[in-house]
Amino acid sequence: MSPVVFGILAVLLMVSAFGVVLQSSPVRSALSLVVTLFLIAVMFLLLDAPLVAVLQVAVYAGAIVVLFLFVIMLLNLQDEPRAMARASILFSAVLLGSLFLLALLRLFIAPNRVRFGVGMMSAVSPDFGSVGSLGAQLFTRHLLAFEVTSILLLVAIIGAVVLAKRRLA
Amino acid sequence: MTPVPISWFLILGAVLFTIGTLGVMIRRNVIVIFLSIELMLNAVNLVFVSFARQLHSMDGQVIVFFVMTVAAAEAAVGLAIIISVFRNRETVNVDEFNLLHW
Amino acid sequence: MVLEIGIALLRIVAVLAMVMVMAGIYGWFERKVSALMQDRIGANRASIFGFAGAGLINTMMADPLKFATKEDFVPSGVDRLLHTLAPCVGLFAVLVAFAALPFGDTVQVGGRYVPLQAVPLNVGILYILAMLSLSVYGVVLGGWASNNRFSFLGGIRGSAQMISYELAMGLSLVAMVMTYGTIDLQEMVRAQGHLIGGWLPAWGIFYQPLAFLLFLIAGIAETKRAPFDLPEGESELVGGYFTEYSGMKYLMFFMSDFIEVGVVAGIIATLFFGGWQVPYLGADGFHFPFGLSLALPAVVVILLQLATFLLKVVFFGWLQILIRWTLPRLRYDQLMWLGWKGMLPVSLFNVLATALIVLAVQGSR
Repeated sequence: MSPVVFGILAVLLMVSAFGVVLQSSPVRSALSLVVTLFLIAVMFLLLDAPLVAVLQVAVYAGAIVVLFLFVIMLLNLQDEPRAMARASILFSAVLLGSLFLLALLRLFIAPNRVRFGVGMMSAVSPDFGSVGSLGAQLFTRHLLAFEVTSILLLVAIIGAVVLAKRRLA
Repeated sequence: MTPVPISWFLILGAVLFTIGTLGVMIRRNVIVIFLSIELMLNAVNLVFVSFARQLHSMDGQVIVFFVMTVAAAEAAVGLAIIISVFRNRETVNVDEFNLLHW
Repeated sequence: MVLEIGIALLRIVAVLAMVMVMAGIYGWFERKVSALMQDRIGANRASIFGFAGAGLINTMMADPLKFATKEDFVPSGVDRLLHTLAPCVGLFAVLVAFAALPFGDTVQVGGRYVPLQAVPLNVGILYILAMLSLSVYGVVLGGWASNNRFSFLGGIRGSAQMISYELAMGLSLVAMVMTYGTIDLQEMVRAQGHLIGGWLPAWGIFYQPLAFLLFLIAGIAETKRAPFDLPEGESELVGGYFTEYSGMKYLMFFMSDFIEVGVVAGIIATLFFGGWQVPYLGADGFHFPFGLSLALPAVVVILLQLATFLLKVVFFGWLQILIRWTLPRLRYDQLMWLGWKGMLPVSLFNVLATALIVLAVQGSR
């Protein structure tokens, strides 16, 4: 993978991320999020994580954002004429965001923090990131988390159904 | 193989995370706030996968798997809450979710 | 480096071309097969210099030309971007799903191994499932962006139906993955080249008949064809989610319908019916079980395998068209009942039974 490919993907990612945050129509924000998720899945593919990439598309872009779209359409949310908060909040939010970003960047590109891996990535075994290796980890070392997550999903299903049900008064 | 230093991925993750945070802070539509939270979660996923690749450990990808699952559960329950609040207040503007305000 | 990119592009273009031809063939079948079933002649008016080709010219050339030259009507009050985007997303999702299907074995051309597959993926089936779940966006956006209550209703119904049947589809594929022990589609097709008991080809349908049935039903529900075509609802919702589309956009929705038929047919052929495997055909010729052997040059073998795969895909598309024109439409609550309360428990039971059998077989080795 060359820096050119990474550069193109990074620019597209930032454009779509700004699209999520800055567009006034909620449907368009959701669609920008789909584009962002798809591009992040492509990034995962470049980082030797094919299973996580397809799971991202299938679960995140294919189900979660569809759920968001359903709710937006159910509530019939239209474009908002004043989508952003007022100017003072906007200014302080941008200021805080920039400070936060600067702090993160200092953490990630400080030259003496070798253990955060500022260097190049070395070659990796061919089945790194494959289904088999992820499955092996899930079913041996992280088995408890896996089972607890299944219970969590069950609880979430029940909770969502109960909360969204119309109470027959 | 990949002549891109990992710090580039980390910087990209940081920028995406900050954009998501901005979205949470400046938007008033609660669903767009949720979408920004999902953006933040994805930035974190990107950083996890980058580190997994750098440190040759599958733990990063396992964490991403669980983050995705928990994000799905959280999105479902959160949207159900929004729907029930909308039924009562007829609005999704967070400035008007102020019944617990003192 | 450039040669590798060139070969990859060539594979992708070849697969896309075959997919478009397949979609055209399905469109032709739709009209001619339905006509034969209903004891009428079907479309045969368009001809070139008197050659009508039994409706081929009409369906494959006159129809697309008609759609391409129609006025592109956008209703008032719609979000133009979304209105244009919906058919594009729908078409994109089903076109890229073809990338993981293997059309043939890995051939050796001039010292280089070229897999006859658009993109050799090691997460083949999951990739196809992911792309099929992206096709929900075409439906839901098409319904929303039409500024029309009936379209919206059709869009919501369609997307809810597609999401529901993705579950049964995924679980039946899980059973197949457990049977073959791999997610890579090329490996699965290769594993179907063996013979059971010395004479029966080890096709997936003999191992998993229940999964085949579940996948066929779920696949037809995913493509929103009858008996699951309530989202289109031709007698109720006019056109459902693509009512407000005309011209090229309608052609894109139409084509994505047929291409998805092709995807489902391709997956069924790959997983359950041997893919590009011809029974008893090895890499060097036929090896019949009763001792007869027929040596064939490698090129002939490759062409036979390619033709077999295409024939199987056409056959299963024909089967879906047949089912469409035979069965009446399911009511929406019946459809949802079937998806959640009928097929989901059955597919879970199938996964459980497969797991027990695989464990027993491997434990006895």
